[in-house]
Amino acid sequence: MRLLNLFKIATKAIVLNKTRTLLTMLGIIIGVASVIAMLAIGEGSKESIRTTISAMGSNMITIKAGADTRGGVRQEASVMESLTLSDYKAIKAQSNLLSYSTPVVEGKGQVINGSNNWPSSIYGVNPEYLSIKVVDLQSGSMFTEAEVQTAAKVAIIGQTVVDNIFPNGQEPVGQMIRFNNIPFKVIGVLEEKGENTFGQDQDDVVFAPYTTVQKRILAIDHLNQIMASAVSEEEAPNAVIELSSILREQHKLTDSEDDDFHVRSMEELISTFSSTSEMLTILLVAVASISLLIGGIGIMNIMYVSVKERTKEIGLRMAVGGKGSDILMQFLIEAILISITGGILGVILGLGATVFIEKFLNWPTSVAMYSIVISFAVCAVTGIFFGWYPARKASALDPITALRYE
Amino acid sequence: MSKAIIKIEDLKREFTMGTETVHALRGISFDIKEGEFVTIMGSSGSGKSTMLNILGCLDQPTSGTYQIDGVRVKDLSRNELATIRNEKIGFIFQSYNLLARTSAIENVELPLLYNSKVSSEERRKRAIEALEKVGLGERLHHTQSQLSGGQQQRVAIARSLVNNPVMILADEATGNLDTRTSYEIMSLFQELNKQGITITFVTHEPDIATFSSRTIVLKDGEIMQDYLNNNVQSAANELAKLPKQDH
Repeated sequence: MRLLNLFKIATKAIVLNKTRTLLTMLGIIIGVASVIAMLAIGEGSKESIRTTISAMGSNMITIKAGADTRGGVRQEASVMESLTLSDYKAIKAQSNLLSYSTPVVEGKGQVINGSNNWPSSIYGVNPEYLSIKVVDLQSGSMFTEAEVQTAAKVAIIGQTVVDNIFPNGQEPVGQMIRFNNIPFKVIGVLEEKGENTFGQDQDDVVFAPYTTVQKRILAIDHLNQIMASAVSEEEAPNAVIELSSILREQHKLTDSEDDDFHVRSMEELISTFSSTSEMLTILLVAVASISLLIGGIGIMNIMYVSVKERTKEIGLRMAVGGKGSDILMQFLIEAILISITGGILGVILGLGATVFIEKFLNWPTSVAMYSIVISFAVCAVTGIFFGWYPARKASALDPITALRYE
Repeated sequence: MSKAIIKIEDLKREFTMGTETVHALRGISFDIKEGEFVTIMGSSGSGKSTMLNILGCLDQPTSGTYQIDGVRVKDLSRNELATIRNEKIGFIFQSYNLLARTSAIENVELPLLYNSKVSSEERRKRAIEALEKVGLGERLHHTQSQLSGGQQQRVAIARSLVNNPVMILADEATGNLDTRTSYEIMSLFQELNKQGITITFVTHEPDIATFSSRTIVLKDGEIMQDYLNNNVQSAANELAKLPKQDH
């Protein structure tokens, strides 16, 4: 009842001083709006970074044969022959955390088309490879599972290869090329990917069914790698554990023996990404707190002036029975109302600004619910915190002095 | 014999100004009975304002006792004093002290806002009654700037009546008004007094005292005179004697 009356008094005071209230709110409005807009830009760029990183295959997992020692000489992993097609089949059959997987065999050689030739690498894979690496074809189509089964001599080539062996701009799809003198029919061209983080040209490649590469080019029956993608980035570490146990069983390793293979996820990439986005968030929160702090100081400033200006009114309220606590509450409610109303207007303005940025500047934005909740909560706290001092000052006034104040 | 609303005994109030002690009141005793119309007179520095502050429970005496409506005021806390002011005293000031840009009725409702026992319906009802009593029943929603000085003081009087106080305490209530309006206001006070309301009127104007039933004159913090007025003037009659205004 009493609180309701004080609420009425405070509302009345706010309504009577519309312009001043609005000016006071301005700090909070701009503060909250900028927090929301900035967090929306932050979230938007975080999301676009996330998309970029997943485009690089952030949930990718590679399995390589482990290094071994032969006659005291440690061997390179690629010469090991411990990874086999049956390992791949076991993984495919038993794993629950993978969405795609492919065997990988690789070799180097010369790509030849008529009088043009170019040294490149050939990768023998299955059709799922494109999904794992998140690449597309710019023309033609991927070979099929049937072509893998029959070890068909078909190939997908990268742009660098196209540029070097088709210098006159012929359409490569449908043409015959040779790799180490084995003829292949070009059935597709990869979308340009450029260099990867390590300066490797990702377009300087030839892809063919792994069966074809195994039999016709390398004449081997083991695999160099198995590549897979986890169902999600978060599940990648679990998938690593799962794959290790499948392979240990496949290779009949006892508990005392070390793994004779390596399973790696893109953990480093993921942790870099998360630390970057964390930094971004910290930075934005810092900016947010500063702008809200300034808004809060604005409220304190005006409330302080308001208390001074209304000294006589405070004296009268005390004379007719207003207690110190009533006066305190009145000014505190006023400060909180100003900051909360400012907060609401700030949220609206911030959302408007976000739409504007998205539409006219074409920046990626994404409004996070938490940014609205947080800035709103901070507003209320700001109102209490910065309203307290002036309100306290008002409530401590001596009614006699206040009544005489001119 | 009607009961004493105010009982003051050997009241002293001292202020310390740096190293010196100022004796504003040096041992004052008097009672005010229900239904009295008392003027407290004195020149500036006589202790009149200090007396008013203590009577209004805005200040505490240094020594002596002050009882209002049976409550001993000494040693009450700030909050308890506020409650007494809210329930037992109606204040009227020289400069009206109305809230700016606020309607008459809302100004009158003000004391009741601080009394949680009064519902908002009753608050409104009582405010309208009080405004009707002072002759402003037609101007409930006028704001301060839309009212003349006399009307503003009437609103202030209504505000002092709204909590049904045991005593109305007026501080130079006619000080800002011209003679004609002063008489109008005094005549309103006399009318209210006839209805049984106790009024204490602090003033330095001797002619105001002629409208009251008793006068206490202070000088240098002591009571110099305390006499009953056997020949109370009627403010309404005085008003009739004034030359007619040309409108």
